[in-house]
Amino acid sequence: MATDSNRDQILSSLRRSRGRDGPVDEATAESLRARIAGHKRNIVPARTDTDHAGLVDLFETMAQKVFATTTRVSDMAEVPDAVAEYLRGANLPSEVVMAPDTDLDAAPWADTSMLEIRRGVPDEPDQVSITSAPSAVAETGTLAMYSGPAHPSTLNFVPETHVVVLPASRVVKSYEDVFDAVRELTADPDRGGLPPRTVNFITGPSRSGDIEQTLLLGAHGPRRLHIVIVEDD
Amino acid sequence: MTTSSTVHSTSRNFKNNARDQLANEDLQAALNKARGHFVDGRATARDNLPEFDDLRDQARGIKDHTLEHLDFYLEAYEEKVVESGGHVHWARTAADAQQIVLDICRSVDAKQVNKGKSMIGEEIEINKALEADGIRPIETDLGEYIIQLRGELPSHIIAPAVHLTKAQVEASFRENHTELDEDRVLEEPLSLLDEARTILRKKYFEAEVGITGANLLIAETGSSIIVTNEGNGDLSQLIPKVHIVLASLEKIVPTLEDAATILRVLARSATGQEFSSYTTLSTGPKREGDPDGPEQYHVILLDNGRTDMLGTEFEEMLRCIRCGACMNHCPVYQSVGGHAYGWVYPGPMGSVLSPGLIGVDEAGHLPNASSFCGRCEEVCPMHIPLPKMMRHWREREFESHLSPGSVRVGLGVWSFFARRPRLYQLATGLQMRMLSWMGRKRGRLSSVPLAKGWTKYRELPAPQGRTFQSRWRSGERV
Ligand code: SF4
Repeated sequence: MATDSNRDQILSSLRRSRGRDGPVDEATAESLRARIAGHKRNIVPARTDTDHAGLVDLFETMAQKVFATTTRVSDMAEVPDAVAEYLRGANLPSEVVMAPDTDLDAAPWADTSMLEIRRGVPDEPDQVSITSAPSAVAETGTLAMYSGPAHPSTLNFVPETHVVVLPASRVVKSYEDVFDAVRELTADPDRGGLPPRTVNFITGPSRSGDIEQTLLLGAHGPRRLHIVIVEDD
Repeated sequence: MTTSSTVHSTSRNFKNNARDQLANEDLQAALNKARGHFVDGRATARDNLPEFDDLRDQARGIKDHTLEHLDFYLEAYEEKVVESGGHVHWARTAADAQQIVLDICRSVDAKQVNKGKSMIGEEIEINKALEADGIRPIETDLGEYIIQLRGELPSHIIAPAVHLTKAQVEASFRENHTELDEDRVLEEPLSLLDEARTILRKKYFEAEVGITGANLLIAETGSSIIVTNEGNGDLSQLIPKVHIVLASLEKIVPTLEDAATILRVLARSATGQEFSSYTTLSTGPKREGDPDGPEQYHVILLDNGRTDMLGTEFEEMLRCIRCGACMNHCPVYQSVGGHAYGWVYPGPMGSVLSPGLIGVDEAGHLPNASSFCGRCEEVCPMHIPLPKMMRHWREREFESHLSPGSVRVGLGVWSFFARRPRLYQLATGLQMRMLSWMGRKRGRLSSVPLAKGWTKYRELPAPQGRTFQSRWRSGERV
């Protein structure tokens, strides 16, 4: 591939268009590097200027607005029953595929005879997935998911129904808060200085407006997104 | 400017295209349904966010800053992609980009490529190139899937099948999905969606390569971002072992925070959503121990004429974030639909971008497809002065003597419409609304020669100020 000469030609036309015949001067480069390193926040909407309980409420309202459903439970012990009840109520199968995620181990799944649980990556026929969410953005009712050994991203997309367990303490204000959390993860020496491969911001179930602009849920990703909020604060 | 040898545009025929489209009842019915949806949606989203206009100003500032130092940020980005185990390929032309995609596909002996929606994919006609190489491209976005079955170009940058009625979609499905029961009921949009879902579901697991576009590239982290509603882009990039990102150079921003600002105006301007269902950041291939995700991650950075626009009066076009608001609010687009523009980018943004990418002789007529009502600039989240730039192209086209006679002597697109009053009788509702909208904004002409049939319905709106030609003659550069 002749991309090296392509690269040089593109870079030199970019520079010519700015009246330069080489890279930016060192002082400018320094200030641009500082701009990146500083990653200053721009305007963050004021709707999230509230206390933490207010943020959890805002998250829930915004998620419902985009057709997610929610339940609240008061601790992890109640999660399996809440999930089973949701699946039964929506007439959904009780076989689920669950992330091999230690967060979820805190719930007494074995006590619920109503769920048949497999841990791992979803296959095409799997109907229901259960994952936790490491973070959630109140501003728009958005879940944030990070890929990793215990967090297959395909669980967020392949099954028809995605059930998410969200400890309320993880609700943050804005996308920017999630970015800071991702930066913290990235700094973990075990990760080789790399962020998770995939960060999914998920706002409601999958949808499409491609047929006469009619809003339809469940285009290719989940038709249903159910969030169990665990009031752990 | 660069002209790619692979371009197949019918932009030269805008007038003929437009005439056909005005007489196309299916198109008019489909456009009628879509219009209110987009316009009202954006207005509501704007009203729900008091900071909306301040965010637009900041978003513009971010893009201007980035364009000023594009070489720096692209190199910084490249370094990060490589650090995370990915590959960056630079492509000057559409043909270069095609070649790079084919080479990657061949290296893994790919038989099938799944595609998330990508306008760059359309721009470089990647499906044709893949097919010619014996590789099956599968469009997975519902709208793109529909137009792929029909062998059409997208007619809108975010709603590729907006020109079709559900009956047309049904007919295409019946024609193509012959393995299914002929007597199945397929009238409702939901049954159409379900059928496409079922058919595509299996295909997600068959491809060796997944191709997506990118709404943004992040210099800070080497990440690419896709913004979608269906989840097809994610399935396309997560399951195959190779993920290729097609992105044009100007998609880059310095930091994640800069991306957040643009994301806050993008969905609101596009569909009126506060945030799209899925915003996905991808950085490199899967990590050790990850149970899913691609083993290879490639980004193709496409120029294809964009560097030639930098430093010219068209530079600001490179701020475009492809939200589609300009076409959703354009009376000309809303009358003739996207296909009349003859190439992949329709509406006001296409009228400015296409001549830059495929040349003024190919697409130089498009800037005449404007009423200069200014709505596009008003709603553009990036404050791109589209009408001004259309005038610049008209000057260039005029100077290069490419203008067909009717454009030089008349009122541009308005004279074209005015001379074809019958078209206005054919395409009723929308034109009426469009004209009354125009009329409300400024003065009216009660009659224009050659437009009798038209003014029978409505007074003709006055074109803004003097005509382009008279300005040009007096040496003004508008
Ligand atoms: S020109 Fe502006 S309004 Fe049109 S697609 Fe681009 S950003 Fe959106």
